Amino acid sequence: MTFSAPITLLYLLAAVLFIWGLHQLSSPRHARMGNLLAAAGMVIAFAATVPGLHHSVLNLVLMVVAILIGAPLGAVAARAVRMTAMPQMVATFNGVGGGAAALISVVEFLRAPSTVAIPIVLSIPVVFAVVIGATSFAGSGVAYAKLQELMRGTPIIYRGQQPVNAAVAAAIVVLGVLLVVTGVGVLALWALLVLSLLLGVAFVLPIGGADMPVVISMLNAFTGLAVAGDGFVLGNPVLIVGGTLVGASGTFLTKMMSDAMGRSIGNLLFGAFGTVLVTEQSAAGGAGRSVRSGTADDIGTLLAYSQKVIFVPGYGLAVAQAQHAVRDLAELLEKRGVEVDYAIHPVAGRMPGHMNVLLAEANVPYEQLKEMDEINDAFRSTDVALVVGANDVVNPAARNSPGSPIYGMPILNVDQAKNIVFLKRSMRPGFAGIDNELLYDPKTIMLFGDAKDSLTSLVAAVKAA
Amino acid sequence: MSAQLVSEISIFVLAVFLGFEVISKVPTILHTPLMSGSNAIHGVILVGAMVIMAGAQGPLQELLGFLAVVLATINVVGGYVVTDRMLEMFRSRNKRGGTPT
Repeated sequence: MTFSAPITLLYLLAAVLFIWGLHQLSSPRHARMGNLLAAAGMVIAFAATVPGLHHSVLNLVLMVVAILIGAPLGAVAARAVRMTAMPQMVATFNGVGGGAAALISVVEFLRAPSTVAIPIVLSIPVVFAVVIGATSFAGSGVAYAKLQELMRGTPIIYRGQQPVNAAVAAAIVVLGVLLVVTGVGVLALWALLVLSLLLGVAFVLPIGGADMPVVISMLNAFTGLAVAGDGFVLGNPVLIVGGTLVGASGTFLTKMMSDAMGRSIGNLLFGAFGTVLVTEQSAAGGAGRSVRSGTADDIGTLLAYSQKVIFVPGYGLAVAQAQHAVRDLAELLEKRGVEVDYAIHPVAGRMPGHMNVLLAEANVPYEQLKEMDEINDAFRSTDVALVVGANDVVNPAARNSPGSPIYGMPILNVDQAKNIVFLKRSMRPGFAGIDNELLYDPKTIMLFGDAKDSLTSLVAAVKAA
Repeated sequence: MSAQLVSEISIFVLAVFLGFEVISKVPTILHTPLMSGSNAIHGVILVGAMVIMAGAQGPLQELLGFLAVVLATINVVGGYVVTDRMLEMFRSRNKRGGTPT
């Protein structure tokens, strides 16, 4: 398709606004404006598309109806979702985008006369968008079900899984190449669509636990690439730019996250992490060693007379809905002159940056939210590191025991603090299912119970101190 | 190779570099909104869905096109709304808002 000069310029403007918007996301101060700029770009892109549409009244009516169905669905879901459920929400939006991308290429293929082979410059992106889009759609569906706890969140493994997945992937490659070369075959295209949906399910099933955020980020990149593929199919530059930006940034983000977990992307996808629950260490862990548990009053006094306290929040904090309680405690300590910071591990929560959103929701000022590299040296001079609902991201096994599944993951140096306080419900291991030797450290005091209740009693104890 | 394809490939390659470049500056504190914001940007697929829907011939194509528009609209509207909701919450120490519980 070729566009008139004004339309092309409007598409260019839209693309500039996408890029500028993403760029503005680099600081909390103007991030919101950035998102609005990107949204404005989107409106311009849609408006520029309207004049070029076919003038079939029925189809245009159907199109408007479809938009009127989709818009409230998206808006209501986005308004209603709780911040703790953000990973599922992002997975959903990924999935529907991927699904749309696959359908567009399917229809474009169906539109071509079935007797004439479509040219290779068209068949390549069609096959690409169908495969990647459908994989993203089905994979996001499984990711949603896992995160929403509609199904087991841990990796699902069965006998012969790898060969089966490899066979599905191989069938996709064969069919894809066949379609690209011959340029005909509606049946083959449907088969390709079904197989790709199957692949999406098959490839997310064995991934679970702490690795889900990485999968979501990767599916985000997938959908972006499928959109770019459709851009080539339809010859539309704004689809190419928008899709590619997301594809590239999503890939980058996925890489950053797997680095933050000290693992390669391949290991993440095929390693079935989270199944290696009982290592020798954790088997021995519960047996002999003792833990020191304290009362809220003891710990309250300890906190009240500290000079520097670092909070280390994990997803358990959000599960207990204790973000506000933790902020109350922090403000109280600050009033007494205690220096308070929050140490946020890159993979704290269920997606990168998730913990920051949860704490921002509780009105914690973002200046207090410190990244790992920024705060790790400060633990040495910290009186109390208060760990609330976090476990794996402070587990020294990541540094010391090469046999551990999390070995190599960069962690917060909580073990260097003068005192360590863990607020935990029980001795149960964390999201990744690995025992934490820090719990048995002589410097560590445990405060068992619901995080919110514990924090509330700590607030009372600090007030009394 | 047509001139149009060449320019499309150029756009693609430049966008890859831009995507890497722009994202590498975003601090981890904003990674969740970044992911959901970029999620909204791939909602640009609605452009494609509109084109396909408008040109659809016959019930099958119309049905698939219709589905594509619904899905793409959910993606783009939901993506921007949820990102805005998150970014609205990031406050500086100086202008701390109320405390909704």
